[in-house]
Amino acid sequence: MAHLEVEHVSKIHITRKGDPFLALHDVNIQVGKNEFFSIVGPSGCGKTTLLNLIAGFEKPSLGEIRVDGELITEPGWERAVVFQEYALFPWYTIFENVCYGLKRKRVPKAEQKELAEHYIQLVGLARFKTRFPRELSGGMRQRVSIARALAVNPSILLMDEPFGSLDIQTREYMQDELLKIWQCEPKTVIFVTHSIDEAIKLSDKIAIMASSPGRVAEIKVVETERPRDPTDSTMVRLAVEVKEWLRTQISMAEQAAVEAASPVARG
Amino acid sequence: MSNSARPVTSVAHGLQLGADGGKASNHPLTVNPPTRSIPSPAEVARLAASIAPPSGWRLIVAKISHLWLVALLLLIWEFASIVAVRSSPQIGVMLPPPTAIYSAAKELLARGELVPNIVASLTRVLTAVGVAAAIGVPLGLIMGWTPRFRVAIDPLIEFIRPIPPLAWIPLSILWFGIGNVQVDFIIFLAAFFPIVLSSMAGARDVDVYLLRAGLSMGARRGDLFRTVVFPAALPMVFTGLRVGLGIGWMALVAGELVAAPSGLGYMINNARTLFRSDIILLGMVLIGVLGLVLDIVIRQISRYLMPWYNRQ
Repeated sequence: MAHLEVEHVSKIHITRKGDPFLALHDVNIQVGKNEFFSIVGPSGCGKTTLLNLIAGFEKPSLGEIRVDGELITEPGWERAVVFQEYALFPWYTIFENVCYGLKRKRVPKAEQKELAEHYIQLVGLARFKTRFPRELSGGMRQRVSIARALAVNPSILLMDEPFGSLDIQTREYMQDELLKIWQCEPKTVIFVTHSIDEAIKLSDKIAIMASSPGRVAEIKVVETERPRDPTDSTMVRLAVEVKEWLRTQISMAEQAAVEAASPVARG
Repeated sequence: MSNSARPVTSVAHGLQLGADGGKASNHPLTVNPPTRSIPSPAEVARLAASIAPPSGWRLIVAKISHLWLVALLLLIWEFASIVAVRSSPQIGVMLPPPTAIYSAAKELLARGELVPNIVASLTRVLTAVGVAAAIGVPLGLIMGWTPRFRVAIDPLIEFIRPIPPLAWIPLSILWFGIGNVQVDFIIFLAAFFPIVLSSMAGARDVDVYLLRAGLSMGARRGDLFRTVVFPAALPMVFTGLRVGLGIGWMALVAGELVAAPSGLGYMINNARTLFRSDIILLGMVLIGVLGLVLDIVIRQISRYLMPWYNRQ
């Protein structure tokens, strides 16, 4: 039994006009324990929707999602989330933010302090623990977000384009830091990104999604040892293959959209 | 492409390409040190002093120099009033000079009539708006957070809200008689609706990502409300309190003018029957000043209670 099982999951959204929209179609994913699993795909392919379903913010229209065999019904600290917009509580200090999940878990005060300080230290922000989020830069805020999620010791760490709002330098730095932390304290990670290079650098497995409707087209396994050299031939070949494939997907989708909108199609 | 031996300098200070200029593709970039040495702390301090904003009396002048127009208008007023009085005493009664306001203040202070009226008005507005806040803030927050509750109460609020508070005066006199309770009631009505509506908007419009962050950390209904919804709604709550206090203050004055045993509105009304226009103007000035002071106080309180909030 895999750690996370997504079985025949479909999700229908109702648009503002009332039309049904198939956001996800028959998604099947198995993620093993402590696997680093990425989900890549073009915008609108439903990768964030899939993450929301795994997190428990929404329920699938069809199919089931199970962790260790148990059905997911609501969000919780066992599947802590790191958001692209950080979502730090502006009225709490860094320290209080990281303690937040621990407080909800009714962890005793002394242990709270110990754990929070450990993870703040781990992301390298010990000096800033009494500051408010607004006093920190984007990269620092994202590190706090990661510390907050790690502090509750989730069995699955969900990350929704966590480095998307960062500049390239900070982004690459954060990728390395994340790998270091993950190798230090292994966890199952579900990592949504639209950067294929990022996915190849970090993951054990990559789910490549297509859009209209959102579905998993392929799951690629990356077996190279970390740290990975992006100029290595296997890496380069994989990157080219995936990017090529995605490009065809996008142009096919665009063609379909043009045909649907043309006067001939409308009859 | 130029073949001169002169090195090509880029826009970046101190960064130069290889000395063969133009054929830099195989040459590593060399970074030359800056041509000026880094200034010492003393030199930095001197530089800072030369661009420092004014201090001492220069600062005072800078801060009040824009009031030149107000000062000019006051002078014109003073002059015009004195000239008017000389030409006809009736006009003198209609528009006393600014200095007359000052002497009216001294007179009432000496008679012990000024401070009690100010205190009466302030106490009235603070009690009535206080009660409006005590009821309105929790009500608004719960309405914003619980849709079922909101749709039930909303029609009541939307129906009563358009009725101006002053239209309640006759009914309130029937209910409470003329006195403090009646005026308090009018002020309460005036302040209540902005407070409820703002608090409701604050609770309803909490950033969905903050809610999700709370949920994914295991917070549930009551916890989530206390630790996420309430702090997130606080800025809107304070906006409601500011507006409510402002409108309540205006309702207070109107209410006191119509029927009240004390306060600044009462003082103005009294003065009218005695043709003491200087006291009327004094009352108006005090109303304006106190209204402003109340607003400043509540803004300071909000700044103190929400140190994290970045006001736009």
